Amino acid sequence: MNVIAEDEEPCSKNFSSTRNACKLCTPLGACLVFRGVEGCIPFLHGSQGCSTYIRRYLISHFREPMDIASSNFHEESAIFGGSSNFQQGALNVMRQYQPQLIGAATTCLAETIGEDMPRLLHDLREKHGPRVTAPIVTVSTASYRGTHIDGFHAAVKALVDQLAQPGETTGAVNLFPGMVSAADLRLLKEIITDFGLNYTLLPDYSETMDGETWLHYEKLQSGGTPLKAIAATGSAKASVEFGRTLATGETAGACLLKKFSVPRHLLGLPIGIRESDAFFQLLSELSGHPTPVKYQRERGRLVDSLIDGHKYVFEKRAIVYGEEDLVIGLASFLCEIGVTPVLCATGGHSKQFEKALREAAPLLPADSLVKERFDFAEIAETAPALEPDFFIGSSKGYRAARDLKVPLVRVGFPIHDRIGGQRVLHLGYRGAQELYDRVVNALLDAKQETSTVGYAYL
Amino acid sequence: MIELLPERRAQVVRKAAGTPAADLPCGKASTAGSVSQRACVFCGSRVVLYPISDALHIVHGPIGCAAYTWDIRGALSSGPELHRHSFSTDLQEMDVIFGGEKKLEAALVELIAHYQPKAAFIYSTCIVGLIGDDVGAVCRRVGEKTGIPVLPVHSEGFKGTKKDGYRAACEALYKLVGTGDLSGISPHSVNILGEFNLAGETWILRDYYKRMGVEVVACITGDARIEDIRRCHGAKLNLVQCSGSMTHLAKMMERDHGLPFKRVSYFGLEDMSAALYEAAKFFSDDPTIMFRAQQLVREEIGAIYPELQRYKQKLVGKKAAIYVGGAFKAFSLVRALRLLGMETAVVGSQTGDLEDYRQLQEISDPGTIIVDDSNPLELAKFCLEKDVDLFIGGVKERPIAYKLGIGFCDHNHERKEPLAGFVGMLNFAREVYASVASPVWQFAPRRASRGKEAIGT
Repeated sequence: MNVIAEDEEPCSKNFSSTRNACKLCTPLGACLVFRGVEGCIPFLHGSQGCSTYIRRYLISHFREPMDIASSNFHEESAIFGGSSNFQQGALNVMRQYQPQLIGAATTCLAETIGEDMPRLLHDLREKHGPRVTAPIVTVSTASYRGTHIDGFHAAVKALVDQLAQPGETTGAVNLFPGMVSAADLRLLKEIITDFGLNYTLLPDYSETMDGETWLHYEKLQSGGTPLKAIAATGSAKASVEFGRTLATGETAGACLLKKFSVPRHLLGLPIGIRESDAFFQLLSELSGHPTPVKYQRERGRLVDSLIDGHKYVFEKRAIVYGEEDLVIGLASFLCEIGVTPVLCATGGHSKQFEKALREAAPLLPADSLVKERFDFAEIAETAPALEPDFFIGSSKGYRAARDLKVPLVRVGFPIHDRIGGQRVLHLGYRGAQELYDRVVNALLDAKQETSTVGYAYL
Repeated sequence: MIELLPERRAQVVRKAAGTPAADLPCGKASTAGSVSQRACVFCGSRVVLYPISDALHIVHGPIGCAAYTWDIRGALSSGPELHRHSFSTDLQEMDVIFGGEKKLEAALVELIAHYQPKAAFIYSTCIVGLIGDDVGAVCRRVGEKTGIPVLPVHSEGFKGTKKDGYRAACEALYKLVGTGDLSGISPHSVNILGEFNLAGETWILRDYYKRMGVEVVACITGDARIEDIRRCHGAKLNLVQCSGSMTHLAKMMERDHGLPFKRVSYFGLEDMSAALYEAAKFFSDDPTIMFRAQQLVREEIGAIYPELQRYKQKLVGKKAAIYVGGAFKAFSLVRALRLLGMETAVVGSQTGDLEDYRQLQEISDPGTIIVDDSNPLELAKFCLEKDVDLFIGGVKERPIAYKLGIGFCDHNHERKEPLAGFVGMLNFAREVYASVASPVWQFAPRRASRGKEAIGT
């Protein structure tokens, strides 16, 4: 087990406990990534509950099947090691699902007893060679180390680290988008295709986690990044990775740079105008083509609408929360349109958060609160004095917003109290347009609702 | 196409006419890699204790277990709402290496000072057992310091199944039972065990008993307060609904306090009426209780019967699959569906016992598939084979149904409509009707293709 010194840091919180966490556990992120790979089934090495809880949590957002296998530890496995359960579990999953890949993530239980995953894989092949019909990618996701977003990035990295192959450099581009919506993934594919680029998008759960109703039963929903495309990431001409807090991280892009010298381009999540401009600019350079007219028009309409609505949002006060890079993107966008993010909070603790946030959102006032390792109880306690006009983030902020009788604009993950969380668009000019319309209309709605006059013309 | 794993075959039976019920090898750990719909020991404890609204519930472990159980149940409270928070020691790597006792103690002292709960439940998660934290000792110390009961719940996820979690919850609850003041309790009094006030169901039931002249001392744990649990041994009868979770507590109370218990169910007209009559029969020293119970049943059924009949006309002949946590609920659902003219073609549970499955086979129609500890592939296979129109289950089963163009009715902890009581039966019928009769199914590919076959195109 690697000891990370940062956990020792004293923290200035009033409570030793976390109250209403603004984060989830590491294996959740890994499971979502694995469902974004074609024919891949997530497999958790640990207790039965981990897979069931994570399934329920993801299903409630995406409203799609989410099968996650478990090695289902019992007392003996915790004492003598989970090797036999792992073997039985892996073989059963291969037999039942005929997957192309198993994505095996550890849990805190497996990590604490020091399970050696490469050895378990070795034992499995040694003992059951012919019955091992699918490759297995492993990722270490102890939930006492990091949050769901760390598990997400770790799984993407594990996939390229364990599956990418060297080869003659192609013209293709790798895109590692981070934890975005299914609609965002579809948009990214559309954009890259319109630039005339070949690409590997990893993960791609745009179809698996937002798919159609079936004529015939599908054991694993179709769609996802093909294994061949993951193998080809080692010979791509460049990697594009979203996430300003990942600068020093051991990510998929960093791994491909190190192993196969694939140049890595790190951008912020393209939320809002300037972060999207940077993305389109990069694609333009990589493809040698200007931004297609379609997107120039989208940008143009967006700017036009910002002007139409600027008075409704100017100096409105927002509380923004969620994963670090999502908050950075949202804050950058809100500052662009004249909204003041008065609190930017995350349950993560990359220690890059404030620095990266202020770089992305130079207009953010110096006295805006920026909080790592924050939880929803702290958000709720901090909020009243900040007099926010609205909240923007996952549905888990609903009660805090409701207590203050201000609207919540639901974005990110999870959205458990509305339909369509997987279809919320955040990225690019089109995503900014959707976000902008929703923010403005939420504010107009609140104004109308709280007015005694009842104007129908605003 | 979908094959049952060899390890799983014995846990699936088909009711055959005229043969004795088969014994299912239930109650065992789920098969690794089978994608069981079950959760873990922690989940069992957490769901049972969750509705106690004036207690602090703190999950000792890394963040996941607390995060996934934050404000997820529809269990309502008429007073405090402490249960809707999620408190976790959020163990980090250094805690795992050096132990989490200090952090737990500090967390407890701070939270108790801030939230002023009447008691605290401390749930142990998987790794607490491994890193050797003496949670019992911390609880004792904090209990002495703060003057409230601080109760460890031994719910390490891997130490058994969800049922062991129920048992651990009962053990923790039992430490409270017998410590409260019994004055003023009526000789005609009951406790309701295994009813969780989802969508206010406890309130509906309390009203029925009140109208009969029977006092409900404690509902465990729907809308429960610590004080109710402390004095619940003063009731004269325990009515146990969710028997899988609460029979253990009822047995301990019978053993030590001489309190008899009866299994009841509050779902469906027959079971609901029977539950009221059980209590009335028990208090036969006052025949007016039975008289009032009969009157109540007549009134309540009379009020909803015409509308139920309307739904029945639309639903008659439709087929359903049921997969729920506890088997006892499945009995009621089979009967309730029958009342609506519907047939149950598949029925299963996560935690049923031998006797439950025998009884299920007895009440089922020939050909019905009965299954223990199933998984998505099996459930899909059975739904396709039986070509059901409706699936009754929880969130994890919903996409299986929807993807195949099958209606779905949520009968789990997350639901927000009361389904218990007479009024609950009406809500249930409405929901079944809405699930089956919606025009959207005409567009679902499986349904659409069936329509084409029928008209020969």
